[in-house]
Amino acid sequence: MKALLVTPAAITQTTPEELALSGAWTARGLGAIGTRLAALSISGRSTSMVLDSARIEALDTAGAWVLQKLLRRLRGEGGCVQVRDLRPEFARLLELVGHEVSNQAASPSPMVPSSSSRLDQLGHKAAAAVSQALALLGFIGEVAAAFAGCLRHPTRFRWLPILYNLRRAGLDALPIVGLLSFLLGVVIAYQGAGQLRQYGANIFVVDLVGLSVLREFAPLITAIIIAGRSGSAYAAQIGTMSVTEEIEALRTLGIGPLDLLVLPKILALCVALPLLTVFADVSGVFGGMIMARAQLGVGFGEFLDRFVKAVSLADYLVGIGKTPVFAIIIVVVGCFQGFRTHGGADGVGRQTTRSVVQSTFLVIVADALFSVAFSALDL
Amino acid sequence: MQDERQARETVVELSKVCTRFGNHVVHSNIDLQVRRSEIFALIGGSGSGKSTLLREMILLQRPDSGAIRVLGVDLADLGDADALGLRLRWGVMFQHGGLFGSLTVAENVGLPLREHTALPDPLIDEIAAWKLAMTGLKPEVGAQYPSELSGGMMKRASLARALALDPELLFLDEPTAGLDPESAGEVDQLVRRLRDLFGLTIVMITHDLDLLWQLADRVAVLADGKVQGIGSMAELSRTENPAIRVFFEGPRGRAAQQQAEDLAETTTSRENGRPPSKPK
Repeated sequence: MKALLVTPAAITQTTPEELALSGAWTARGLGAIGTRLAALSISGRSTSMVLDSARIEALDTAGAWVLQKLLRRLRGEGGCVQVRDLRPEFARLLELVGHEVSNQAASPSPMVPSSSSRLDQLGHKAAAAVSQALALLGFIGEVAAAFAGCLRHPTRFRWLPILYNLRRAGLDALPIVGLLSFLLGVVIAYQGAGQLRQYGANIFVVDLVGLSVLREFAPLITAIIIAGRSGSAYAAQIGTMSVTEEIEALRTLGIGPLDLLVLPKILALCVALPLLTVFADVSGVFGGMIMARAQLGVGFGEFLDRFVKAVSLADYLVGIGKTPVFAIIIVVVGCFQGFRTHGGADGVGRQTTRSVVQSTFLVIVADALFSVAFSALDL
Repeated sequence: MQDERQARETVVELSKVCTRFGNHVVHSNIDLQVRRSEIFALIGGSGSGKSTLLREMILLQRPDSGAIRVLGVDLADLGDADALGLRLRWGVMFQHGGLFGSLTVAENVGLPLREHTALPDPLIDEIAAWKLAMTGLKPEVGAQYPSELSGGMMKRASLARALALDPELLFLDEPTAGLDPESAGEVDQLVRRLRDLFGLTIVMITHDLDLLWQLADRVAVLADGKVQGIGSMAELSRTENPAIRVFFEGPRGRAAQQQAEDLAETTTSRENGRPPSKPK
């Protein structure tokens, strides 16, 4: 195609007083002409120069800009420069660019503030973290206030969004939660099998699987899956709504964004996450059972007999009891990051990532605190 | 010598273009010619297929049948290299700017130069700053992100990016929609100056009656999948076709016409006597 094949711009010094320009002085034709121009030995001369421009085939604003800067440089060195045989339409463009070059030279563009020191950056990061923590606290307060308002006027609860969220975050997550906790049970039993067999303590695989799955792994893996699956969706949904001014629109219509967007999610997940955890308990223990029979020769009947003795109701409730807290963490962090979105598509992505990282982090921290608290309470 | 030949040259040519979405016929046998260095406007009601037609001209969509030639190149069966070559010769300004949110305004404007030329970075920055100034933006704006700009500034920045590679042909989608009257007036001036300075051909979609009366050399009215009429606004205002009449009836249409006629002599005399207004 012709447009792609341009004669590159060139400059040659024919005589000490004459430079010959040729080719396409266009954005695409200029290429590396800058280095050629810089290498021209034209300094220390105050005689008149002539630029022979007859062989310039094309000139656009970029080319005119470069040419005009060359002229300024030559004239700046005290020379008198004459441009010869330039086509009239090119001359008009060159003249137009001339004004702009001198304008920009007269008012240099504002300097970007120089990059700050490490200490400075650390301070900025710390300040940002503190202000974000305070904003999160404020958000939790707002949500609590909205919840209290809804409790006083129960008609403000929105049942349809609650049911919708229950299906999206709960029912639709069953396959993935079931599969992953099943695999987790398999892995625990498999890892334990080798150790237990050495001591002939095969039957204790039930204690291992039962306690670890019910108390820790099922609640944690479920919360982490939901943080990645639903928490990110909350952040992206609310973030996109913030960017497109839908949140402001809700406010102006007299609909509380928290009532509509946050409370139904919290209520729905507070129901869905414990139920999902029960499902994860069942499939995790089932995975352990299959592995116990395959690796340790512990049959299903034997396994279940021992299970009743090894695992108390308290163990089961300790696991389930943590999940509403995890649910609140996931929803609050997801929605909070969504509401903080500003800018455009880029901002939505950033906040979504942040919501997943922070809610996973906070869920694990909360789980650790629960462990400490439960051992102090001797549960 | 060359100018005279180019004055007659057709830059965009559509012949028998048909487009369907399922059973819905958007265009049936559309014929249009846009000549070099003219300001050509496409108008029509919502859903009349103006935007689709524009998208077909800029290689974002294919018509179901018919031929489109832009800058002498047939858009059907275009290879990748040829398509790229063609894309570098036109500029497009989208209705909502289409600026990249992760880049500053100056980087947005410099992007086509950085991507398609071997120019050194400092030179690209200078040219980008100049293009921004040319569209009437202050130098500080270059360091800002698109999300920090107002609607009018966004359109200008988008126009600056469209002009980065000195296109021969400029497509504008609703250049004044959502702007205050003053900004809209400035966009008018800007488009006219670009045409006068660089001989650009401009194809635009607009609903802005003032813009149509004061700027467009020729206007094509689209309705019911067909071109109902082509001509200057003055010519169109004399036709009897009801699909065209809707643009001239009603208080808004009459006011814009009245204003254009009142301003006709004064504007031309003033414009000729004044050097192009300089930004800053």
